[in-house]
Amino acid sequence: MTTTDASPRVGRRLGDLLFAGTARAAGITILIALAGVATFLIVEGIPGIVTTQSSAFAGKASFVSYTWPLVFGTVLAAVIALLIATPLAVGAALVIGFYAPRRLATPLGYMIDLLAAVPSVVYGLWGATLLAPKMQPTYAWLADHLSFIPFFAGPASATGRTILTAGVVLAIMVLPIITAICREIFAQTPALHREAALALGATRWEMIKMAVFPYARSGLVSGVMLGLGRALGETMAVAMVLSASSAVTFNLIGSQNPSTIAANIALSFGERTGVERNTLIATGLVLFVITFIVNFLARGIVARGRKGS
Amino acid sequence: MAKSIDVSGLNIYYGDFLAVQDVNVTIKARAVTALIGPSGCGKSTFLRTLNRMHEVIPGARVEGDVVLGSDAIYGPNVDPVEVRRTVGMVFQRPNPFPTMSIYENVLAGNRLNNRKLKKADADAIVEKALSGANLWSEVKDRLNKPGMGLSGGQQQRLCIARAIAVEPQVLLMDEPCSALDPISTAAVEDLIHELKTDYTIVIVTHNMQQAARVSEYTGFFNLKAAGQPGHLVEFNKTSKMFSTPEQESTEAYISGRFG
Repeated sequence: MTTTDASPRVGRRLGDLLFAGTARAAGITILIALAGVATFLIVEGIPGIVTTQSSAFAGKASFVSYTWPLVFGTVLAAVIALLIATPLAVGAALVIGFYAPRRLATPLGYMIDLLAAVPSVVYGLWGATLLAPKMQPTYAWLADHLSFIPFFAGPASATGRTILTAGVVLAIMVLPIITAICREIFAQTPALHREAALALGATRWEMIKMAVFPYARSGLVSGVMLGLGRALGETMAVAMVLSASSAVTFNLIGSQNPSTIAANIALSFGERTGVERNTLIATGLVLFVITFIVNFLARGIVARGRKGS
Repeated sequence: MAKSIDVSGLNIYYGDFLAVQDVNVTIKARAVTALIGPSGCGKSTFLRTLNRMHEVIPGARVEGDVVLGSDAIYGPNVDPVEVRRTVGMVFQRPNPFPTMSIYENVLAGNRLNNRKLKKADADAIVEKALSGANLWSEVKDRLNKPGMGLSGGQQQRLCIARAIAVEPQVLLMDEPCSALDPISTAAVEDLIHELKTDYTIVIVTHNMQQAARVSEYTGFFNLKAAGQPGHLVEFNKTSKMFSTPEQESTEAYISGRFG
């Protein structure tokens, strides 16, 4: 007995060491990769910012005037996507969590998850060839009747390949991630709080407002921010859907649309050489910083929410 | 205000599983009725059928009648939401809404009924309910602080205040003191004594001394045998239950010779 007693304890210690070592290595690898990406972007990007070669800025005077429309387009497309996707995602998560009978809710959840498995190039094809032409009559109607709203100032794009169409496509792409997080958070609402509301005579919707939303608020914000991160960086679908110029405009349905950083890199990388490419990498650095800030803000909001409850 | 409850031929199911069988009982108005019995015998399940809260669990259903005053709460056109507005409930663990202040917690039920509550009326309701729950003097200077900042016993009294703020007919209590220390328990028991002049109270408890202290009537639930449904073994005046019960198994349980 004494001899067999000692060996498993040593084995367990070895196992602990191995596990701790691999876990630490995995963590450090991620940090190194992140640092490597940042270093690459900075080292390769700076020559593209300070260059005097005017072709690097596609005819614009400076790096700022070249990048600003792209930043604007990136944020605008992502915001449109979130404005559309967030209510849909919250609604879908509520239906799955509280309204649908269980044998319907589970397959519905799987179907929404499946949206995440569709490659973005497929979304791009769908958006450019099917959605854009179908949206065009709507844009024409909006330009005719609601042109007093700056967003629909018109004249409407003839192809329908506007930033609004790109936003709709992005919305569908970020829907699964926001829905999945909302479902998870809603399901974690303590039964105690839900029953407290129901026992007071709350309807299901009133229960959701009294018990589920206050509890889920911070999680919801982090879900939306993750969706935002995805929408900011999405490349292929936007590149295919959007017919881009370098306009900075809030007219969502016109033919002059700002491009996004990611789509612009993908579209113009092939035709650029030398320091022109460095400029593109520098815009990538800008995108990196934007997504970093977004994630940082999300963490902050989530942490503050936790403290409150 | 308070109404009596008539239960006849009540069977409670979870899906196909019969959890509680054939309960027939009349619960008197303006009195405290305690339900005792071993764990898993269906007393909490039965309590939750009195305000249709058991329906929150998918597949739960009942057969038989529960009549509150003169209204059948399982009638074909009865909305469970309406039932719960007239039959209040206090839970095992205090559950104030974590993001609401003490003030808003008390008003939570009233806000459901009447969205545009005047400030003066709201203040009056809050003071009355908190006074009714013996909590007013302890919290009147910090009504806008979160309800979660109170002690466990204060939180439970806050939950009672929230339940009585809507002036229900009946107050159901599901082991309201099981998460509280003895001093808080005494405070809640005193409160139950005072509340019975206005409300019909049904309390589930694991603590037989508590049943003996607070109630006029006691019902003893038990399983017929392992795996069999629970049923109401005996229902009697508390004084009789704890001195000369009619059923042998009641006496066995009360005197601790159980199982």
